[in-house]
Amino acid sequence: MENTSTNWFLACATTDVPENSGVCVQYGNEQIAIFNFARRNEWFATQNLCPHKQQMALSRGMLGSAGAASEPKVACPFHKKTFSLRTGECLSGDECAIKTYPIKVENEQVFIGV
Amino acid sequence: MSTNPLHPTVIVVGNGMVGYKFCEKLVAKSTAFNIIVFGEEPRRAYDRVHLSEYFAGKTADDLSMSTTQWYTDNHINLYLDDPIVEIDTTNQQVHSQKGHVLSYDYVVLATGSSAFVPDIPGIEKKGVFVYRTIEDLEKMKAYAQHAKCGAVMGGGLLGLEAAKALLDLGIATTHVVEFAPRLMPRQIDEAGSAILQAKLSELGLQIHLNKTTNSILGNDAVEGLQFNNNTVLPIDMLVISAGIRPRDELAKLAGLQVGTRGGIVVNEKLQTSNPNIFAIGECALANSTIYGLVAPGYEMAEVVAANLCGANKVFAGFDMSTKLKLIGVDVASFGDAFADQAHTRTIVFEDTHKGIYKRLNVSADGKYLLGGILIGDAEAYNMLLQTVNNQLVLPPNPEELILGSRGAATSNGSGVMSLPNDALICSCEAVTKETICNAVTEQQITTIDGMKKCTKAGTGCGGCVPLVKDLITGTMKANGQYVKNVVCEHFNYARQELFDLIKYHKLTTYNEVLDNYGSGDGCEVCKPVVASLLASLWNDLILKQPAIQDSNDRFLANIQKGGTYSVVPRIPGGEITPDKLIVIGQVAKKYHLYTKITGGQRIDLFGAHLNDLPAIWEQLIEAGFESGHAYGKSLRTVKSCVGSTWCRFGLHDSVSFAIEVEDRYKGLRSPHKLKGGVSGCIRECAEAQSKDFGIIATEKGWNLYICGNGGSKPQHAQLLASDIDSATCIKYLDRFLMFYIKTADPLTRTATWLNKMEGGMAYLKNVIINDSLGIAAELEAAMENHVNTYECEWKAAVNNPEMRKQFQHFVNAPAQKDPTVVFEPMRNQIKAQAW
Repeated sequence: MENTSTNWFLACATTDVPENSGVCVQYGNEQIAIFNFARRNEWFATQNLCPHKQQMALSRGMLGSAGAASEPKVACPFHKKTFSLRTGECLSGDECAIKTYPIKVENEQVFIGV
Repeated sequence: MSTNPLHPTVIVVGNGMVGYKFCEKLVAKSTAFNIIVFGEEPRRAYDRVHLSEYFAGKTADDLSMSTTQWYTDNHINLYLDDPIVEIDTTNQQVHSQKGHVLSYDYVVLATGSSAFVPDIPGIEKKGVFVYRTIEDLEKMKAYAQHAKCGAVMGGGLLGLEAAKALLDLGIATTHVVEFAPRLMPRQIDEAGSAILQAKLSELGLQIHLNKTTNSILGNDAVEGLQFNNNTVLPIDMLVISAGIRPRDELAKLAGLQVGTRGGIVVNEKLQTSNPNIFAIGECALANSTIYGLVAPGYEMAEVVAANLCGANKVFAGFDMSTKLKLIGVDVASFGDAFADQAHTRTIVFEDTHKGIYKRLNVSADGKYLLGGILIGDAEAYNMLLQTVNNQLVLPPNPEELILGSRGAATSNGSGVMSLPNDALICSCEAVTKETICNAVTEQQITTIDGMKKCTKAGTGCGGCVPLVKDLITGTMKANGQYVKNVVCEHFNYARQELFDLIKYHKLTTYNEVLDNYGSGDGCEVCKPVVASLLASLWNDLILKQPAIQDSNDRFLANIQKGGTYSVVPRIPGGEITPDKLIVIGQVAKKYHLYTKITGGQRIDLFGAHLNDLPAIWEQLIEAGFESGHAYGKSLRTVKSCVGSTWCRFGLHDSVSFAIEVEDRYKGLRSPHKLKGGVSGCIRECAEAQSKDFGIIATEKGWNLYICGNGGSKPQHAQLLASDIDSATCIKYLDRFLMFYIKTADPLTRTATWLNKMEGGMAYLKNVIINDSLGIAAELEAAMENHVNTYECEWKAAVNNPEMRKQFQHFVNAPAQKDPTVVFEPMRNQIKAQAW
């Protein structure tokens, strides 16, 4: 993921994000959802907008896994549309995919590649 | 009717149930036979098993196995009232009484049996009958008009059936005289007999055991029985039912081998000593046994019909297990009912109060069920029989098979699905589990009647019908026609199972539950379910585990279009002071909220930013409000009418009681939302009967209704108890609500829960009022715990900085609200932007 052109933006401290839950950060006019998937010891970042009804809500959604391959996913709190946290692909119905961002944790700081 | 000279001719001697069944099976398999049937009786084959129903109002036609048309349609020549009197094996011809002489290729003897009549002096007297045919019944009926006191000689299965016939005929005093020391000596043990005897005595039968009859007294007609101890029982009618005697005289005459104690000797293919002559049913002596039931006779018919068509089937004996209702009392005996005590363990349940006796014989290692006896309650018979026949391994507490599992209502449907595919469900018609399940899956047969038509299962003795029902339901469930009720892909358990697991293992976090009983990382389905269970069981603050809470519970408010929230403070019973109303107005003004009165008699404030929720609640709590839990699957409101304090019709103070009830159950997390209502009189202004629980005042107290629903499928609540006092009402509500919480599927309202409940309202009433499961104390204690541990979760949240921190839109700009939220004006208030 990391390449020379990646610009790392300091989003928040790791302690700002509850375990197995999400928060939203403001980056310019963008809203980015950050997920601390503590159960998997993984972090993910996606757009905060749910494409289904255009609601700024994914960061308030529930995390989970789907299928035998245990695909990490988030469910929008409005209508439970689910999206892969890895690829952004919609896993329920045919909503368009959401944008995902590179993310890294260093010294208890969370950085998003923008 | 024409015969085809190219086709072999099969002559069936006897037109009883088994002879008929043979024809039915043969024509189903092949049309390449000329079938000729001779019957001794004047009627077509009829259902002898249900003969006593003739007295209970069924006609001979009702009992008939088929129609004249059926024989015509299948090209079967039927000669009635014309018994075969000779089989000439040399010339392969049969001779009938009326002079018909016909050649055969095969003869099938289905001559059945006659009643065994012991050689007792006086047996020829008037008023002595056997109980075997419709003609016998008609003779009994005519004689019974002048009889006052009857007796049945023989306390076996048929004897007790005959005793029922006498009762049905209106004989005032009916005795049963048995030679053995117990009733039904072939099927049940002494303890079972004692219970049966007590039950039958209650029903008006007088039972005499250990009685040998020396002579039948009377001049011309029977007047009494003299026993070997010289006592006399005065009677004026006697029915002999001392066993059966195979009708083997024709076979004997034809030189076929017969047993020393009667019966036509046959090999495993039911061939007599003449290979072209077969014997089936009660006339046949197979494995040195006379099989005196219809099901093995049908199996014999199947074997011969199949073999004539080229198959190679054998009759390998038959399970003589039996279940019947004797004069209203269930009696069943299955497998090895009298297993040798030294090598088996027995589990015995005896209830002389209700007249129930159950015995299970278990193998020495405790793994297998060998057989048993059920008197008074034989509901478990089918499953127990299947457990024996399929050698299913017993559960660790096999007594639950006869006592039911204590503590939880388990579905009867689950057990049958664990049977192997080739398990014989209907032994009369030899229908396997697989055939039944396939009919459901492939032909969408979902009713018993449809199944009878399609597979014939349940058309014989009818004993398997409950099992067939369970299989239909079970298969439908497995096919997803019923919602399969495991929680989701991460938990292979139903909600109720998880409830018990969490409770008994005292699990308090989602992660513990997932680690111990689930797989994967959970999802938006199982997380709220487990969150709800944890809240129901332990009543801990839900925000201690925010990540597993559903959308609304996550922020203790209802998420609305545009991503803002609505706020509903609790207004118990719909009663509110002017001061509190003013505070709501002030809060709404300060945070620019849209206000509306809800259907549950409270006020909803819409359009609150996530960031503003703690401050809004701080102000409401300051004024004495509590969370209304409008966001939770939990108690919403208890609606009330104004009641007797103001209303000129009111009988009781409905508002006070509504407040009491709402305060008791507030914050109670449940499978779905709960609504209540209390009306002060029968005018029902609180619409209580449309609620999950509704209380309506009566002159003497309250009527309590449960399981009503508004919504898309309105349903009136049903009466649980009438004229009860407030304390009893609360007690029943405690039990009802906790039982619902414990057993309902996720997101199932009480109405749907009841609709799906086996036994319905009668069952639920029994659980709540009569404590039939013995769990009332546990349910009440659980509710008491809820009441004692309640705290307003909003109050806790606003006072806890960590929890409060969760109410931010931007983690990196805490003061900033979501800039994408836009409102539009409407009627001097705001509304969310359309999506």
